[in-house]
Amino acid sequence: MATIKELSHKEERLTGGHRLCAGCGASIAVRQVLLGTDNPVVAGSATGCLEVSTTPYPFTAWGTPFIHNAFENSAATMSGVEGAYNALKRRGKIPADKEIKFVAFGGDGGTYDIGLQSLSGAMERGHNMLYVCYDNGAYMNTGIQRSGATPFGAATTTSPAGKVGQGKPQARKDLTQIMAAHNIPYVAQASISHWKDLVNKAEKAFAVDGPAFINVMSPCPRGWRTPNEMTVEIAKLAVQTGFWPLYEVEDGEWKLNFKPAKGLRPVEEFLKPQGRFKHFFKPGNEHLIEEFQSQVDKNWERLKKRCGVE
Amino acid sequence: MATTANKATTKQTTVAMTGNAGCALAMKQINPDVVGAYPITPQTTIVEEFANYVANGVVDTEYINVESEHSAMSACIGASAAGARVMTTTSSQGLALMWEELSIASAMRLPIVMHNVNRSLSGPINIHCDHSDSMGARDMGWVQMFGETAQEAYDNTIIAMRVAEHEKVMLPVMIMHDGFITSHAIDRFDVLDDEVVKKFVGEYVPKRALLDTDNPMTFGPFAMPPYYYEQRKAMRVALENAKDVVLKVSKEYGKLSGRTYGLFEEYRLDDAHIAVIVLGSTAGTAKYVVDKLRDKGMKVGLLKPRLFRPFPSAEMADALSHLKAVAVMDRSDSIGAPGGPVYMEVKAALYNTTKRPHVQGYVYGLGGRDTGPDQIETVFGDLQKVARGEEAPREAVTLLGVKE
Ligand SMILES: Cc1ncc(C[n+]2csc(CCOP(=O)(O)OP(=O)(O)O)c2C)c(N)n1
Repeated sequence: MATIKELSHKEERLTGGHRLCAGCGASIAVRQVLLGTDNPVVAGSATGCLEVSTTPYPFTAWGTPFIHNAFENSAATMSGVEGAYNALKRRGKIPADKEIKFVAFGGDGGTYDIGLQSLSGAMERGHNMLYVCYDNGAYMNTGIQRSGATPFGAATTTSPAGKVGQGKPQARKDLTQIMAAHNIPYVAQASISHWKDLVNKAEKAFAVDGPAFINVMSPCPRGWRTPNEMTVEIAKLAVQTGFWPLYEVEDGEWKLNFKPAKGLRPVEEFLKPQGRFKHFFKPGNEHLIEEFQSQVDKNWERLKKRCGVE
Repeated sequence: MATTANKATTKQTTVAMTGNAGCALAMKQINPDVVGAYPITPQTTIVEEFANYVANGVVDTEYINVESEHSAMSACIGASAAGARVMTTTSSQGLALMWEELSIASAMRLPIVMHNVNRSLSGPINIHCDHSDSMGARDMGWVQMFGETAQEAYDNTIIAMRVAEHEKVMLPVMIMHDGFITSHAIDRFDVLDDEVVKKFVGEYVPKRALLDTDNPMTFGPFAMPPYYYEQRKAMRVALENAKDVVLKVSKEYGKLSGRTYGLFEEYRLDDAHIAVIVLGSTAGTAKYVVDKLRDKGMKVGLLKPRLFRPFPSAEMADALSHLKAVAVMDRSDSIGAPGGPVYMEVKAALYNTTKRPHVQGYVYGLGGRDTGPDQIETVFGDLQKVARGEEAPREAVTLLGVKE
């Protein structure tokens, strides 16, 4: 793995000047992932903030070949690109020694929800491609609607906190584990706050022969109601509180990548700075924090067991 | 305009095969780079047959067995944008599931060729033939070609590849034949040698490709009001160009095969007073009826559209101008509209012309309801009365063969 100094000299495949918000986690995720290979890369994205903000015709922020097709089919589209590569290579139309990498991006809406089938299909078929979900916990592009990745209790525009409702009633779906159940060569969960871990995981994912999946915690200041400059810090808190554990599954081997020596920090530290959890801190709503904490604890214990950690 | 038989300039083999097997054979002869497809009745035997070609190394196509038709078209779009020659095939619900992707494929100007083996749309669910599936996709920016027989399904497949990839078109092409009637019945027809087809379709050299990593390009960007409209205009222009290209490629194909297709086929139309317009396999039944009524001295004829998109309005208006009355038979209903899709196109094509026949609309055969010669005779009977002034022209659409 390269040092940060070496990484800083690498070519940027997603250039500045795109229209993503200040403090957006998605562009950080994409840039870190693309540092994971020196090979030529074809990238794709599902409809969402990333696609809309990086390709306002006639401009593009992509310095590498890029395709956007629709919302639910980033994986299926890239599987076709990879299929074309195999065919054209077999027919001698692409030099035998030229190795192109393929990466499809999608937001949590395009991945956990509407695009889950197409992702599952592409992974099952064994395409040599990486799929990266930038998880910001809601449909941000369309104005912060809840998704299968929205955490328990978070207020979104379709799960608002009101007189009766207390944000999203359901817990989030554990997509990373669903992907691990596909028994593909490489699955990982990462966060933009832990750049070394993320770039390292991207390197491994690009290197394996077959499908790989990385789920990246990518906070959204607009949707989370956090200050722009807090993005990396809040992502770090997601990891340190155990809300977003860092781990990887390499050929079926589960490995926890971050174990706080002094134990997890209380989830309250992650929830408090975020406006989407404001109602948790109203008098009488303490049970919401408790419920959130108990969900995190349960998942953490389960994951530790899977990873063989005491 | 008409389909003509001329002398073939290359050797052909007569085969006995289903329409679907003929389509799979044409795909084999084209040997596309990528096929991404999903099975659905009555298309299934095409994907199965093609899978056999792959399994036996007869083709070296990358065959992507996707998990849905939405992903089939998505993968085809990815593969075509990557720079590959791409084919696929579907029917009915499969085409409906692809709907979102159809207009993305055409807007990205990707020359994908797809069979749509015609089947009714649910509900109720039904596996038999009507044209509602492809008619539902008529505004998607695809070239649409209908075939009557297994021979036409085979020939159209090969022609379609050239049309799609023509630099003045660069649009996807959808080729139709009737579910079960043409897809599953064994028919006798002539096929070209593999080498001849290979030469005819030539090599596909894309002008822009995602896999050209030295020239990175963005496909599928976000276009706001200042740019979107012009993209759509470019699609209209390209689709209109397809008319000449279809004729040109069909002519070239006709030289080889002895079968030269036009935009539509005219059958005993020249001196007819009344005529029926009908797509697909029912045209075969209608020809039989035309012959029968001609034997009785009636001046009847037939026009069978081949190209539905772009619709050959001017050419058709010209071919119909001498008639007194015309019946358009639609194997799909445009519910809530004055009549079926073909009826509306024909009427629109004639409206601004000075010499034009009366046009009467019929819907028939929905969900595979049998349409025999007697129904078509009834239609000619109606037309004859209208032409003689014995009956008032009908404005409302007539549903043929439906139970009260
Ligand atoms: C089939 C379809 N349904 C709905 C939409 C509207 N839509 C566009 S982007 C989006 C949400 C994207 O959310 P996510 O995948 O989480 O990415 P983000 O916007 O957060 O980056 C929605 C609902 C669409 N474009 N296509």
